[in-house]
Order: sequence, then structure tokens, then C-alpha cells
Amino acid sequence: MSNKYTEDDLREELKTKEYEYGFYTDIESETFPVGLNEDIVRAISKKKEEPEWMTQWRLEAFKIWKEMIEPEWANVHYEKPDFQAISYYSAPNSKPKYDSIDEVDPELLATFEKLGISLDEQKKLAGVAMDVVVDSVSVATTFKKTLAEKGIIFMSISEAIQEHPELVKKYIGTVVPQKDNFYAALNSAVFSDGSFCYIPKGVRCPMELSTYFRINQAGTGQFERTLVIADEGSYVSYLEGCTAPSRDENQLHAAVVELIALDDAEIKYSTVQNWYPGNAEGKGGVYNFVTKRGLCETNAKISWTQVETGSAVTWKYPSCVLKGDNSVGEFYSIAVTNNYQQADTGTKMIHLGKNTKSTIISKGISAGKSQNSYRGLVQISSRAENARNFSQCDSLLMGNDCGAHTFPYIEVKNKSAQIEHEATTSKIGEDQIFYCNQRGIDTEKAIALIVNGFSKEVLNKLPMEFAVEAQKLLEISLEGSVG
Amino acid sequence: MLKIKNLHASVEDKAILRGIDLEVKPGEVHAIMGPNGSGKSTLASVVAGKEEYEVDKGEISLDGEDIEELSAEERAHKGVFMSFQYPVEIPGVSVTNFMKTAINETRKAKGLDDMPANEMLKMIREKSELLEIDRKFLSRSLNEGFSGGEKKRNEIFQMAMLEPKLAILDETDSGLDIDALRIVANGVNKLKSKDNAVIVITHYQRLLDYIVPDYVHVLYDGRIVKSGTKELAHELEEKGYDWIKEEVNA
Repeated sequence: MSNKYTEDDLREELKTKEYEYGFYTDIESETFPVGLNEDIVRAISKKKEEPEWMTQWRLEAFKIWKEMIEPEWANVHYEKPDFQAISYYSAPNSKPKYDSIDEVDPELLATFEKLGISLDEQKKLAGVAMDVVVDSVSVATTFKKTLAEKGIIFMSISEAIQEHPELVKKYIGTVVPQKDNFYAALNSAVFSDGSFCYIPKGVRCPMELSTYFRINQAGTGQFERTLVIADEGSYVSYLEGCTAPSRDENQLHAAVVELIALDDAEIKYSTVQNWYPGNAEGKGGVYNFVTKRGLCETNAKISWTQVETGSAVTWKYPSCVLKGDNSVGEFYSIAVTNNYQQADTGTKMIHLGKNTKSTIISKGISAGKSQNSYRGLVQISSRAENARNFSQCDSLLMGNDCGAHTFPYIEVKNKSAQIEHEATTSKIGEDQIFYCNQRGIDTEKAIALIVNGFSKEVLNKLPMEFAVEAQKLLEISLEGSVG
Repeated sequence: MLKIKNLHASVEDKAILRGIDLEVKPGEVHAIMGPNGSGKSTLASVVAGKEEYEVDKGEISLDGEDIEELSAEERAHKGVFMSFQYPVEIPGVSVTNFMKTAINETRKAKGLDDMPANEMLKMIREKSELLEIDRKFLSRSLNEGFSGGEKKRNEIFQMAMLEPKLAILDETDSGLDIDALRIVANGVNKLKSKDNAVIVITHYQRLLDYIVPDYVHVLYDGRIVKSGTKELAHELEEKGYDWIKEEVNA
């Protein structure tokens, strides 16, 4: 490539901007200076060798973002990030953080142990240099071969922009437009990387697609962008995240996930989110402001399943636009908050087509001094004949200092709609604990049992292996929550 | 087996038990009767180790070992079982899963591995047959939507599975019709042996027609004010509790 943008070019460019930024950053570190302006957006795009249309798309998003203000309607309180104090590009860290596992925080390793993660995986997750990676390499290779045979594309979004620009161009921003909301606009301008997946017509993806296979190559970014396209009649189950605790210096995470299920296609999207929630006093922790939305064409189906245990502040509403007739949207969620965590999460089900159906099952578990809110919108448009929705929001409280809130919004513009909403709030009672104790089950185990029972309907929706890990994760997240 | 000496206990600084003495030997059935508010259920909870109850004075020992300092689960591991007057619901947790957890936690406390699945299944089959329990019932969420009779039968099923040394049945007859009462009582009788003991706490005599006690104690105002054989239960049935109160207050 003749117009390849080298590091030297970038260095030159940044040098000339020295005054503007007030200081000079050594580009060897692969991190951009702090602050956000058009030049930074351009530089990110160049750095990633993106085509001009992508650069323009980012710039458009940036212009929109500049005019927007950070939303305040969510039931969360936090110190707003200074968007000019963030560096918007950091190259994937290819260097291992540690030379040996002995250098890793023992607390982190103890948690890995409890989750039953193998030593090799532990090393990978903690960022320890691996001497022998034969196993994982061979697994990844077999994996890629199988996918290629079926014509499935699964790669980083940066690679996809290079290799399949027509697909990316056609679909990016069609479900979550740049102007959708403050964080989505920011993400559109500066997204660092993410995943891209395309399932061809009529293909059933033979395995659970997991970002885990890619993570080792690219590393997650602060502004991830994911695009999943299931072409007509295809099926894919996609797993995002990891039960292992993710420590990250980045305080702000603003990801965007777009799902497109064309006619008769089905996408199952499962997430386990366990970002650092801050310490027991509420210091530190990740702000997780995510926009996730799926579009269903005729007879298509999208299921979101999420287990959210991490982050200090979560703002997340995986939604479905049921555009096609007979399309189906589902949302199954478990959100756990402990200590000083705050979560405002839920879904939007937008019924546009006829005979569209949606199901919402939300389980919120609050402990410590945390606040857990369910926020959901069920919207039935005037031409959505015979639309149906069932919503169930259950909250479980532990102790007297936490809060559970439910904000269900229902907008119906078609009289044939059938909508059911059920909500319960319960508390883990001393009587329940004593009953378990009396049968020989200690308090910690009793809480795990009660919480798992409470969350069962959602845990059952997770792929088998994920479900087992998620169950353990719930136990760990609530450890020490009852004195 | 169980020895209680001069036991004083209170809840939220309110004294409820004011000097209980009781000895229960292996193979025995003791009934504890008394008017409402006399401290019967408190006695059960204190022996089982419920935290809200404060032991102010006295001793509780099981097979010669002091147990007042032990947590409820530790007492359970040593063979103390209580059938609850109001068994609690645990949604989403099946009876089978609950029992599996209880048995394996007890085994863990004794340094044993989890019970192998086939052994567990065999045990569930045997005990459910013994107590005439439909096995479909065992896959339902614990006590959720159970009728009064089902709840109590489930308590006795758990007793059968856990094979305790000492079983305390707290008002097991309350809320049961006569058929359910008979089924529950038959279950208890089938589980009785020369090595275990049962304490039946009840307000009425009728349960004692089915579970025949060796001794009957009357609890009043936190003390055992009268002890006797099953004849005493009949006398109480006929005359009520007032004459006891008068005797005590005289």
C-alpha cells in the first residue's frame, strides 16, 4: 500500500500539534495524547488504515457528539468523566504484562481458582507470557477452519473494514445510528476495535462463537464495536465477555453492539460481564455505558441473555426492533449489584411488525449499599397488529441498605396488543437462611442456593458451559454480602 | 442423648425460657405441650441454634458435648433436626436439589466426599416410597405452592433423608386434616429407632394418638411445670390448661 500511514508520519503530525495538546507524547508507547477533536478522530482512522468512507462516518459521528449532552435520566450517580482527559487510542498490548504467574495479584488468581479456570487460561487472562500455547493455537485453528468451510466470517471489526468493506458499510449504524445517544455517538467517532460476524444464508453456525478466541489476539478496547449479521435463514449463538474478573485501567467503557437478523434468521447473544466493580468502599471501578440493539426482519428472532455482575456503574439496555412480521424478541437478564455498585439496565422491545412477540425476564439482585434498577420500554406501533409482550421483573434484596427499582414503560398504539407485566420484590429472609442452616447448609452456601434458585429461569437460557460458570460467578459476587 | 440444664433464653432482651431441665435418651419420644406463648417453639429454636435467641444461662449438650456455642449448621451436622411449624419457600430450588445440597454439606463437614449420584437416587427412591411420596413432588420448588399437608410431609421426607439423631417436630400437626396428620405421624413412626429420639411439640393431644410419647411435659411461662406419661396428655385434653396455671400460680 503506497498510502500506508506509518508511525513516523503520525509522529510528525503530532509534533506539529504539540502546542495544541500542551505536551508531546512519545509515540513508541502507542497511545495518543489525551483529548478529543477532529484530528484525533482522523488519526485513529488513519492509524487503522481505514477507507475514506469510514473516516467520514466517524467524523460525522464526532460532529453529532459535540452537540450532545451526557444523559442524566438514569438512576445512577457518578462523577462524569472528563472526555478531554481521556486518550482515545491505545494499541493492543502485545507485550505480556507479567513474565511469570507469581507476579499476578493473588486475589485475582484465587478468583480464577474458584471459577475453575485452567492454569493456561489463567495466564492468558491475567496477561502472563505463555511459553507453550500449542493447545489453544490448535483449537483456534480448527475453529477457524470449520467456520471458513461454512463461509462464516468472524474477525475483528478493523479487519472486516479492510476485508469486507461492502458488508460493514451496508450495515454499520443501521441499528444504532451515530446520533442514537451520547455514548453511541462517542463510540461511533472513536471506536477502537471489536468483533464482526457474518453468517451466510441458510447456514447454522456449528459452534458458539466466542470473543474469547479473538481476545487473545486483539485485546478488548475501551470503545468496542460489534456487528453481527445473520443472513436469511441462518442461526448463530454468540458469547461475549468472560466470567473471569477483568481489571482495567480504563474507567469508561462505551461499547456499541448491533445485531441484524434478516428474514427467518436467529441470533442468540449471551453476555457475562464482570468488569472491575470498585472496592468494597466504592472506590474505583468501571463505568459501563453500552448500547446494544438488534433488528429483526420477517420471522426473525433475537434473544439477549445477560449476566451482569461487574462494573461500578452500568447503563445498558439490550433492545430489539421487531420490524418484520412474526418476529420475536427476548431479553433474559440477571443483574447483581453489591457494595456501592449501581446498575440501570433493562430493555426496549419495539414492535413494528404484525404478530410480533416479545418476552422480558429480568432478575435483579441487590446487596450491600448498591442500587439496582430495571428500566424497560414495550412499544407497540399502530400497525403492529396482534403484538404480544410478556414481562416479568423480579427483585431480590439482601440486607437493609440496598435498593431495587423498576421503571416499566408501556406505549401501545394498537388495540389488538396483549401485554402482561408481572413484578415481584422479595428479600432473602432470616427465616430462609435459618431453614437452610438447620439442614446443615451454611449461610454463604444458603445465599448461593437462594440466588441461583431466583435466577434459574435466566441461567437456563445460557449455553451449558457458560451457565455453570455464571452460577459460580453469582456466588463469588455476593461473597461476604451477609454478615 | 440430649441434656438441657437450667436453660434460660431470651429474644430481644425479653426472657422466654426461665430454667428448663430436660433429658432425652435414645429410643425415647417426648412430648412438650403447653398453652400458647409458653415458650414451646422457642425451646425448639434454641436447641436448633437460631441466632436471634440468646442463651442467658444453662447448658445444652448432645451426647455429652456442649452445643450452645455451635452454629445451627454445626448442630445439624451433629444430628439435630427440626421440622418447622411454617416451612419456608425457596423459589427455583427443587426439593431434590435442596436435599442434595444439605446431605453433601453435612458430608463435607464430616470430611466425606459428595454422595455419588446413584447412591443419592437410590436413597431418594427408598425414602419417598417409605413415606408414600410421589416423586414428581420432589422436582417442585421447595415449599412453593405446597398445601399445608405437603409442606409437613416434605419436612418428614427431609428428616428421613438426613437421618438425624434427634428430631424436634414443632407443631407438625398444625394446619393438617386428619388424613394428612395420619400420614405424617406414620412417617415419623417408621423412622423411629432405638438409636434416635423424637421431641414432639404440640398444642393438642390428637397427634399423640398417632405418635405415642414415653413422656409428656407441660411448659408454662418458660418452665416445665409438670411431667408425666401419655395419661397427662389425655388429662390436658379433657381439662385444658387452666388447672395447670392455677397450680403454678397458687
